[in-house]
Amino acid sequence: MSSRVTRWAFNAVLVPLVSVLSGFLVGAIAIVAAGADPTQAYLALFQGAFTNHNAFAETLVSTTPYALLGLAVALGFRAGLFNIGAEGQFYIGSLTGIFVAYSIHGLPAVIEIPLGLLAGMAGGALWASIAGALKARFGAHEVITTIMLNYVSFQVASYLVDTPGRMLAPHVSTPRTPDADPNAILPIILSGSRLHLGFIVALLMVPAVWFLIERTTIGFRLRAVGFNQGAARTAGISVGWTIVLTMALSGALAGLAGIVQVLGVNFHMTDTVAAGYGFDAIAVALLARSNPWGVLPAAFLFGALHNGASFMQLQTQVSADLISIVQALVIIFVAAPSIVAFLLRLRRAPAETVAITQRGVDTPAA
Amino acid sequence: MDLVVDWGQVHALLGENGAGKSTLMNVVYGLVRPDSGEIIFDGKPVQIKGPLDAIKLGIGMVHQHFMLIPPLTVAENIVLGNEVANAGVVDLDEASKKVDELSRRFHLEVNPRERIADLSVGIQQRVEILKALYRGARLLILDEPTAVLTPQEIRGLFEVVRALTAEGKAVIFITHKLAEVMEIANSITVMRRGKVVATTSPAEATPADLARMMVGRPVLLRVDKKPAEPGKGILAIDDLVVMDDRHHVAVDHLSLDVRAGEIVGVAGVEGNGQNELVEALMGLRPIRGGAVRIEGSDISHATTHEHLRSGLGLIPPDRHRMGVVLELSVADNLVLDDHDHPPFARWFIRQFDAIRDYANKLIKTFDIRVQGPDQPVSSLSGGNQQKLVVARELGTLPKLLIAGQPTRGVDVGSIEFIHRQLVSERDKGLAVLLVSSELDEVLSLSDRVAVIYRGKLVAVLDAKDADRDRIGLLMAGAA
Repeated sequence: MSSRVTRWAFNAVLVPLVSVLSGFLVGAIAIVAAGADPTQAYLALFQGAFTNHNAFAETLVSTTPYALLGLAVALGFRAGLFNIGAEGQFYIGSLTGIFVAYSIHGLPAVIEIPLGLLAGMAGGALWASIAGALKARFGAHEVITTIMLNYVSFQVASYLVDTPGRMLAPHVSTPRTPDADPNAILPIILSGSRLHLGFIVALLMVPAVWFLIERTTIGFRLRAVGFNQGAARTAGISVGWTIVLTMALSGALAGLAGIVQVLGVNFHMTDTVAAGYGFDAIAVALLARSNPWGVLPAAFLFGALHNGASFMQLQTQVSADLISIVQALVIIFVAAPSIVAFLLRLRRAPAETVAITQRGVDTPAA
Repeated sequence: MDLVVDWGQVHALLGENGAGKSTLMNVVYGLVRPDSGEIIFDGKPVQIKGPLDAIKLGIGMVHQHFMLIPPLTVAENIVLGNEVANAGVVDLDEASKKVDELSRRFHLEVNPRERIADLSVGIQQRVEILKALYRGARLLILDEPTAVLTPQEIRGLFEVVRALTAEGKAVIFITHKLAEVMEIANSITVMRRGKVVATTSPAEATPADLARMMVGRPVLLRVDKKPAEPGKGILAIDDLVVMDDRHHVAVDHLSLDVRAGEIVGVAGVEGNGQNELVEALMGLRPIRGGAVRIEGSDISHATTHEHLRSGLGLIPPDRHRMGVVLELSVADNLVLDDHDHPPFARWFIRQFDAIRDYANKLIKTFDIRVQGPDQPVSSLSGGNQQKLVVARELGTLPKLLIAGQPTRGVDVGSIEFIHRQLVSERDKGLAVLLVSSELDEVLSLSDRVAVIYRGKLVAVLDAKDADRDRIGLLMAGAA
């Protein structure tokens, strides 16, 4: 029993922690190679992420989409589905959500906000279930289909946002949609900052997704399918339907991330609103080891890195792109837990290698 | 542990699945490195670092799953890695000649020019043995060699083994079947949990002794059962046609009835359509023709879920692929079929108290050895995993149980338990369709025996007329 707890602690806590530290350490080598001082760079990164004016609130603003998208990807992982399409679902969710949010007028915020969010979720869910249906019906691999649907969604977004008579706002210099109705916009929850209600939404989705996975029949089916499709099918579970449903739920969370970002930060949509959040979310989910609770600290880390990077660049001339290197390194370490195991073993005394020559014969006479 | 094998002898290595037989032999063949201890071959201590070392010493191994390349010919497979070549060109005529010579010497008749893909499993096994002999094997390890053979093929194999030992070669015969040990072995080593528990011989020990040593307690070898009292018809299979994954006919116009309170066994060499039959009966594989009825109602095209709801239970033939979700807990696996029905779920919320109570009940009734219902199934032994599957399927009180290879890869103690469960449920009126490639299992449990060959039922016999030899011939398609 205790070995199970130990293994859990190793996999869920130690591996991510050591991975993050190793990522920063190896990243420091890159900083030295670039001719800068890693201590100063990381200090600036920390200041930019936490201690500067409003920095902490800004980090939470960045954490919000990472958390929701991380949950989306993690949910897919639990059913054995690799949803690379969170970025595209984020776009589609933003589009459907903002369409509703700028089309409605005169309703109270308690109605307009949920309407906008639901519209975003519905868009993401529908978009993702295309990939789910293709997999369930024809066996098309979701990695391929979601990547391809990403390209489609980028072009759909840019067509709708750039075309008069579609979603392009009148009389604007750069193409964008009209602004959301004021009552549909997510209110600020920390005055003087940009921290909006979406952060609370993201916080609430963590236990919700955990509950879905661990406590409901849908989550049970999703995990059974993720572990062993053959056994799930034999037990009468519809594998195809479970795949479609999982993709839809994953897409709903990604779509929610999109519309939360739009209604919380931008208030309208341009054709570059996501800017890679959906791909970083794969890293967030990996770092969280697909555990909803783990998504929160992982998203917070990514939010902090994202937020601190520009200040670091400003202060120390170390390119903000370095953060991408650190992020990538972290994921490499997470993806190969045996590296971490190896690193940890190096620090211990050499394992006991006493050979016991056992030549006794255990023969109770028959 | 110690194991001593003499030249010119058949040494049986007897033990249950997981007793360590195959691991031990993999050490001898160089596939697994020993942690400690030594191997003495021909009087000298030897270091075997890999199969190449083993082959050089004259140790040959025939694995349970053959290591042959189907599109190549017999001769090509045998010389592979040891090709006789002239300036880089493989001399297949020379190879064929050598193979012919060897096969005559040991009564291993094969045509060196035939393709492996066209040969029966029994002949493929001969090719494996020839391959080892061609490389100069003096000690031959046969890992569960009879698992895939018909009774007639087993007899042929035994003749080959006798011819080999007559020439002074040594054979290690790994098995868990007692009858075979009694027939072929000169000496017997019994293993249990990685240890040698006895070294004996057929002259000194009875099958019951051997079973006791293997399991560690007395074992009932025969299934005690009274004559069946069949009731009304439950399952009616009518002219069923099912395709395999390559769209070839796997079940060929098959008709069969199973009544309440009887066990109908389907005997056959593996790969004759049994898996496709079982899958079709559970709605896991589409039916191309014919019909399946349960108590008169047609379920030919129903979903698996509907099958389970209409009173069918299934023990799938492949436990790890279809039976259990190793990563989930014992309790989760026990409610896998019924997880979304009350009392295990209310609306969409799983009811863990009800699930745990039910799991504890089944764990007790079916003697599943676990620490608790939350333990992951991956940490259970094969026998306990299989008891879990049996518990789940019988726990829903079905009318019909389809039992596919219900005791495959399971220890003797669990086999005994599962067999007794099947018989006692039969006595309570359960209809059982038993599909097994273990002929002994079919013969000892069934009230009627149906023989399947290439997807067709070639005979349905009453248990009292089902004699081993006759069924063996039917299984080989020779009647």
